[in-house]
Amino acid sequence: MSALPSAHFNWCNVFRILEKNDLAAKVCRYVIAAPDVARKAKAGQFIILRLYDDGERIPITLADWDVEAGTITLYIQAVGKTTIMLSMMKAGDALMDIVGPLGIPSHVEKGKTLVALGGGFGIAAIHPVVRAHKLIGNRTISIIGARTRNLMLMEKEMGAISDEVRIATDDGSYGTKGFVTTILKKMLEEKEQMDVVLAIGPVVMMKAVADLTRPYRVQTLVSLNPIMMDGTGMCGACRVVVNDKMQFACVDGPEFDAHHVDFELLTARQKMYSPQEKLSMEIFEKICKTQEQRETAAW
Amino acid sequence: MGNEVNIAAPRKLTNKDRMKIPRHPMPEQNPLERAKNFLEVPLGYTPEMAMEEAERCLQCKKPKCVEGCPVNVKIPEFIYHTAMGNFELAAQTLKETNALPAVCGRVCPQEEQCEVVCTIGAKVEPVAIGRLERFVADWERSSGKINIPEISPSTGRRIAVIGAGPAGLTVAGDLAKLGHSVTIFEALHKAGGVLVYGIPEFRLPKKIVEAEVNYLERLGVQIRCDFVVGMTRTIDELMTQEGFDAVFIGTGAGLPYFLGVPGENLNGVYSANEFLTRVNLMKGYHFPNNADTPIPMAKHVAVIGGGNTAMDAARTARRLSWTEKVYIVYRRSHVEMPARKEEIHHGEQEGIEFLLLTNPTRFIGKDGWLIGMECQRMELGEPDASGRRKPIPIAGSEFILDVESAIVATGNGSNPLINKTTPGLQSNKHGNIIADEEGKTSREGVWAGGDIVIGAATVIKAMGAGKKAAKSIHEYVMKKSG
Repeated sequence: MSALPSAHFNWCNVFRILEKNDLAAKVCRYVIAAPDVARKAKAGQFIILRLYDDGERIPITLADWDVEAGTITLYIQAVGKTTIMLSMMKAGDALMDIVGPLGIPSHVEKGKTLVALGGGFGIAAIHPVVRAHKLIGNRTISIIGARTRNLMLMEKEMGAISDEVRIATDDGSYGTKGFVTTILKKMLEEKEQMDVVLAIGPVVMMKAVADLTRPYRVQTLVSLNPIMMDGTGMCGACRVVVNDKMQFACVDGPEFDAHHVDFELLTARQKMYSPQEKLSMEIFEKICKTQEQRETAAW
Repeated sequence: MGNEVNIAAPRKLTNKDRMKIPRHPMPEQNPLERAKNFLEVPLGYTPEMAMEEAERCLQCKKPKCVEGCPVNVKIPEFIYHTAMGNFELAAQTLKETNALPAVCGRVCPQEEQCEVVCTIGAKVEPVAIGRLERFVADWERSSGKINIPEISPSTGRRIAVIGAGPAGLTVAGDLAKLGHSVTIFEALHKAGGVLVYGIPEFRLPKKIVEAEVNYLERLGVQIRCDFVVGMTRTIDELMTQEGFDAVFIGTGAGLPYFLGVPGENLNGVYSANEFLTRVNLMKGYHFPNNADTPIPMAKHVAVIGGGNTAMDAARTARRLSWTEKVYIVYRRSHVEMPARKEEIHHGEQEGIEFLLLTNPTRFIGKDGWLIGMECQRMELGEPDASGRRKPIPIAGSEFILDVESAIVATGNGSNPLINKTTPGLQSNKHGNIIADEEGKTSREGVWAGGDIVIGAATVIKAMGAGKKAAKSIHEYVMKKSG
């Protein structure tokens, strides 16, 4: 056997940003070199990233990957210190760590009609699952939503893998006026064929979907996004309650039966570090401002 | 610490003279001061203190201390060199059997291993073997005279080690010295396992772990972080696709137990793993200015449990500037506490309040946040299966402890990730991988050792298991035709 290290491994662990596009609503699309992750990635899985040595670990659902190119694609909204710093990075910059793929892949079964709902950048998270269903010949209906037309993400990408794309905007500037759930409600009432419903987005949206489908007894899955740290089941930060049982979203999920998820607990636990996150942002903004002033002064 | 010491001629001392020298106390940071910082508590011996302490050793012909050590460090020999002031040679002797002496000198329970069987211990206090080990390892590191032992010619065999904790680091070091190509796969972003995520800075400075890991890299060990075996690659893939001849699993006890009492998912209730990882690995004590990972900011903290992890969590919480009160809540009494006496003593000195014979029954919350913990007083009954007296609740003794943060440190189970993704690998009902004396598992070419086999234990026991496994792996791969 060869004593040489395998060429398959990303030995130097450099996670370089190869492409970066600024999209609507503070969302950026990143294509990053992570061959080990790309090689094993499956629909529904996520990664954990860290920007630099003093940075925090944050989980992000995989939107896409390319085994040949050894890349993964992430859609990330700049909302906290880490995601804002990431949005300031450019193609050519490198992240310190990416680990994955993590979590149990989405269960994809032949002969089903899938209705997938994505709100905001949650559309990126439903993308690989819809594609996995499409690839085995399932019928796929994607319902995607945004506040207004020019904030709509991934319409083209979703169109390529869906039998039908239905669109909702809060202000009615495009598609149905209302939320993604407005469309789902009508579909349920009109008894449209559906075997599995998948919803990924803010907790309120996922809960609303669960409440809608419950009376119709349609199998409904949600991908949960609690605060997470190691992502391997070691710390229990991401614990959620499903069917009155404690589960770790990182290793038992992230997909769970929506009808049995304790969404109230999830909402509360997502706020665990809200005061600290606010403090962190304030300090960061102050640093950015000083930096700006310095640059202006230098001019 | 001065590095230059005159190598003196051996003093002519009788055994009686040696036993007359008192055991040298460890200089320590003042408790009130250290309770506010994360700097190491014991300051370490000076060369003079070390040499004097080393003279207490009788150089027994049949040293019991060596047998007491799970990795059989040649204790009398390294102490002899220390007494002579030949610290370089002392360090080399240590490293013959122990790749992590600076770690072991700090975190080993010497009082149950080498020091408890020390001959002079029958009459006076035993030789401070652990402190001497620490001194010699620290001297070597700060002197820069780190000797790389001779490495056997390359065997062409490749070995994968899963987990860069104490077991994995030991296996890797031993096999690298024998000329094998060793790769460690670590799930976290930093090597060290429990040494970096669990044991706090004030007990084991991270720069020491880094130096010991760096030493392994100099032996030729490759370390691949951010790699979760089971997810990034399975064991079967490592063996069939990546050409590893053998695999060692040292993934530790990384599944936190919770109590199963109401209110456990309230904000403010943490596993010790989460709390310690946030503070240690993620450097949460630098939050928010110099680290991004937030940590709980509670004034009143209860730590549930009586082991070393509980002490680590309590002493860590004590050091955070906003903390006013830290309690240890333990259901048995002082004598049953599994933590090292030294750690309990340090905790007491630092102002931690021990609520013994007390058990939490319920977490009380308001708007999703913990505001108190209902506890019950206990009394001790007959000995249970563990041989310790069983705590029995006293009816009507409930009271409420006002805390905004509770840290559960009642033990860890084994992480199921490897078991789930490795067909044919047998484990017991607790999820511990079944391995024989040499660490051989039910799968050919796969070994396991440390906490993943025996359940949550100590650093040195994991290292002992690593040593045995390394020997067995070496024999196996050398027989394998390649």
